[in-house]
Amino acid sequence: MPITESDIEKIAKLAHLEITDEERRALTPQIASIVAYVEQLNELDTSQVEPATGGFTPEGERTRAGRDDVRHRSLGQAAALDQAPDPSHGYFRVPKVL
Amino acid sequence: MNNPDHTIESLSLRIARGETTVRAVTDAALDAAEKLNDTLNAFLQIDRAGATRRADELSAPQSVGDAPRALVGVPIAVKDNICVRGLQASCGSRILANYHPPYDATVIERLSAAGAVIIGKTNCDEFAMGSSNENSAFGPVRNPWDTARVPGGSSGGSAATVAARIVPVALGSETGGSVRQPASLCGIVGVKPTYGRVSRYGLVAFGSSLDQVSVFGLTVRDAAAVLGVIAGRDPHDATTADVPVPDYAAELDTEGARGARIGVPRALFGDGLDDEVRRSVEQSIEAYRDLGAEIVDVELPHAKYSIAVYYIIATAEASANLARFDGVRYGHRTEEARTLSEMYRRTRDEGFGAEVKRRIMLGTYVLSSGYYDAYYRKAQQVRTLIKKDFLDALAQCDAILTPTTPTPAFLLGEKTDDPLAMYLSDIYTCTANLAGIPGIAVPCGLSSTGLPIGFQLLGRHWGEATLFRLAHAYERAQPFTARPPLIATSED
Repeated sequence: MPITESDIEKIAKLAHLEITDEERRALTPQIASIVAYVEQLNELDTSQVEPATGGFTPEGERTRAGRDDVRHRSLGQAAALDQAPDPSHGYFRVPKVL
Repeated sequence: MNNPDHTIESLSLRIARGETTVRAVTDAALDAAEKLNDTLNAFLQIDRAGATRRADELSAPQSVGDAPRALVGVPIAVKDNICVRGLQASCGSRILANYHPPYDATVIERLSAAGAVIIGKTNCDEFAMGSSNENSAFGPVRNPWDTARVPGGSSGGSAATVAARIVPVALGSETGGSVRQPASLCGIVGVKPTYGRVSRYGLVAFGSSLDQVSVFGLTVRDAAAVLGVIAGRDPHDATTADVPVPDYAAELDTEGARGARIGVPRALFGDGLDDEVRRSVEQSIEAYRDLGAEIVDVELPHAKYSIAVYYIIATAEASANLARFDGVRYGHRTEEARTLSEMYRRTRDEGFGAEVKRRIMLGTYVLSSGYYDAYYRKAQQVRTLIKKDFLDALAQCDAILTPTTPTPAFLLGEKTDDPLAMYLSDIYTCTANLAGIPGIAVPCGLSSTGLPIGFQLLGRHWGEATLFRLAHAYERAQPFTARPPLIATSED
């Protein structure tokens, strides 16, 4: 199915990206041509194939990923807030939600 | 051999003999970095104060009982998407231009403990998305072999600093070939370890099922020495596997390539491969035959689908990973926003460059309702087939040999208007990331225009030692002696 400028508009909204009219016009054929390229995968019958998800090696899957439930030092509030654009009273402050 | 003056082995020996000092080596690297950066733009930050302080600490007599350290006084450059406490970590992006992480990546902790001296942070494609370094918000890196050409990407800054002999080794990261590809275009060694071999704690995430911290070196031995230090299980990264790390350097001098079986997928030597690259890689295959290796044909029937699979999976994962850059906790925040949602959109619009936006859009599209099965799930299924191809082929041979890139370094601007053409420069490399297997890029010749050409060896899961051994055997038999015109001279 061809990708239209209104599809691009919708995707941008989903991705929390603001795009200009010019970007929308440029992105539409670019995304469309990449999507057309990846559609070559439809040549393959994969109905009997399991999808590959995380893990990738038997050794990786066998490795116990959790750690013991003991206390560790964490970064601390001051360091965690140090890079915040608008910290306030120990919180990250943001513009109003609605 | 590459100029031995620039290898870890020679630096360590000269420091041990008292012919030079850690401080002098550090100063020389810093001087070279500063001098060449006007031309190369390889560093985004050069840490003279921190590096000299560290060099002076390392020069103090070691206290009794200290374990010997593998990399004492070795200057190293680090890609700007790996966290070093106190230094910037911009990832080549405006959105993190002023970000200074409050902690060290595990790989940095391990390098520091081994005595390495971090010289600075290197330029890269924004969030490691690119194959030419032209997607950096801070300008492209130039190739020391020809400054009109790209160094490759995304870890182009790290590749250029090693090629220009500023440092013997550097860290990069790979998602689809971002170390092997620039290593090849810059005439150096690049190694991408098995998925799960090296901790990613402190590596800014791009494609989480693909990313690995990876290593550049002038020689195979140097790359092996660094990987040996950074590899191994890390409780901070649940994807690292509990697999013993061999002494890579010790294995280099064992049986060489004699009796090894090297698989060649002939079908990948066809369309799109530059003639000079083909000839040079064919000569490398003959060199292995001369070294006593057996050359066997292997088939990778699904490899031709790898770019399509890669650009679905990598962009889908990127769209999720980059959702965290929203102006709330760190990084850039827009100054003009009345609501939270407007703040997200404007921050991301101002902070991200064109390629990152394009990939987030593509990733969002392939994951969106109604398309998930058609694209993302389909790509995961074909990924299973690609992985099986490689595991089947590697059951018949010890390593698979292919070109690393279809062409030598291309011109700046040559592919920027055509994203798909740029993506195709990852055709030989992204398969290893999809299959989770290790790979090493080795320089093997020069084009008629004086640009490096390389081949890569791909191995079994956890089989880096075999790759190092085979690559080292080649390097010893066919030393790559050419040097780029733009090079650090202070240590010569």
